[in-house]
Amino acid sequence: MSRVTLLALQVLVAVVVLGLWQFFASVPVFGKMLLPPFFFSNPVDVAKQIVAWFVSGVIWKHLLITLWESILAFAIGSVGGVLVGFWFARQPRVAQVFDPYVKMVNALPRVVLAPIFTLWLGLGIWSKVALGVTLVFFVVFFNVYQGVKETNATLVDNARMLGMSERQLVRHVFWPSALSWMFSSLHTSVGFAVVGAVVGEYLGSAAGLGYLIQQAEGVFDVAGVFAGMFVLSAFVILIDLGVTLVERRLLVWKPKLAEHGG
Amino acid sequence: MRTGEASTAVALHDATVAFRLADARLYTAVEQARLAVADGEFVAIVGPTGCGKSTLLNVAAGLLTPASGTVRIFDAPLTGLNREAGYLFQADALFPWKTAIDNVAIGLEIAGAPRTHALQRAQGWLESVGLGGFANRYPHMLSGGQRKRVGLAQVLIRDPKILLMDEPFGPLDAQTRQIIGNLLLQLWTADRKAVLFVTHDLEEAIALADRVVIMSAGPSSRIIGDWTVALPRPRDNFEIRLTHEFHALHREIWAVLRDEVMKGYAQAGEAVG
Repeated sequence: MSRVTLLALQVLVAVVVLGLWQFFASVPVFGKMLLPPFFFSNPVDVAKQIVAWFVSGVIWKHLLITLWESILAFAIGSVGGVLVGFWFARQPRVAQVFDPYVKMVNALPRVVLAPIFTLWLGLGIWSKVALGVTLVFFVVFFNVYQGVKETNATLVDNARMLGMSERQLVRHVFWPSALSWMFSSLHTSVGFAVVGAVVGEYLGSAAGLGYLIQQAEGVFDVAGVFAGMFVLSAFVILIDLGVTLVERRLLVWKPKLAEHGG
Repeated sequence: MRTGEASTAVALHDATVAFRLADARLYTAVEQARLAVADGEFVAIVGPTGCGKSTLLNVAAGLLTPASGTVRIFDAPLTGLNREAGYLFQADALFPWKTAIDNVAIGLEIAGAPRTHALQRAQGWLESVGLGGFANRYPHMLSGGQRKRVGLAQVLIRDPKILLMDEPFGPLDAQTRQIIGNLLLQLWTADRKAVLFVTHDLEEAIALADRVVIMSAGPSSRIIGDWTVALPRPRDNFEIRLTHEFHALHREIWAVLRDEVMKGYAQAGEAVG
């Protein structure tokens, strides 16, 4: 399929879905509205709401807050995950001692921590950052832990035979290996950072995309809820695009996987 | 030919290597191996699959400690890793996150050489192995044969007195093997290091080595034969295989090796099915 055909078909899907939505939300079929506007709103109203947000500029403040929370959650969670994962992988005894607790905390649905974080850290950004950190940390931690533990034995032997000391081994073999595993989970962990931020905002805050959606929902403003969702999707796609660019630069040494066809 | 007593680069004396298996049984891989490699001598070890050839090499490298027996490197007992040896592994052992030139330079860098100097030398070595134009490629952008060449340069740049090679050309296709074999011969002729070369390919062993050592099928494999290859040097890895002397020696050694290969297959067959 050529690029043009593909793009045309992709646009067609959006047009058909939005068209049907608009149609059933505004034209009664057999005297009955299939998508009552009160529950489903309609694409035109949603679009109007989005335009209004950008024209008045209110949206920027919320986007920036969510972005900032996501960045902080990602940074803190990743650094923590890499350090602890690395430490556990190099010290199997420590890993054994902490193993049941790590499993226990990871088994906990993170949403239940949100009230605690709000209580401890208040309604500002830090309670959302904390929620994001608990999500990001475990993704990165498990990846790095597994990755360092399973560092190719031949590679380690080769490094030793080339004369590396333990410290050089960490620097030239284990550390790059740990980082490569962190980067391989980049998409997932960045996604989780955003999830943590938005869910945290939704559950109690004064700003952010999650707050915007929650506020609209509170006054049964369905167009506002959908508008928030669309802005959020676009926001996540943009961030993901950024991650892909970063990844391309950092992982030039990795064989291309057959993930992005074309 | 060297004058006087050539010192012994690697000497295994009754080395026995055993592993503890998962079910706590003791598995003897190599039993009472006695082997001496003189300085500047190229020795090939040939044996059926799973006979413990690589085990013997790891003992000489200091990566494995024998259960009994001694290992001496240049007449000094070996403790810990063998610092005189360079090891070319069977599996890919290049650092995937380093470019070809960084992979070659690393041996000098960790020894404290300034980076510019290390890179200069590394470029020289890449040229020696015919990869001067591939310095900035990452390992995954190189073919299997090119990766082996980089591996060779990575080991040789440190100028080890002993070269240990574990079926280094095993995964390559026949033509590439011969070409790299020739490259190895050229490089080795320039500054004769002691070489211990493990292979399952008898032809390759005869074509390259001064001596061919045969091991019996495992477990508890032993060294059961030791032939001197009196073919003239410098040799060509292609041409030498066409000579009458080569064929005579090949027939002689194969007569012994064949039985062991059959035994090895029989045991592998039992283990599998």
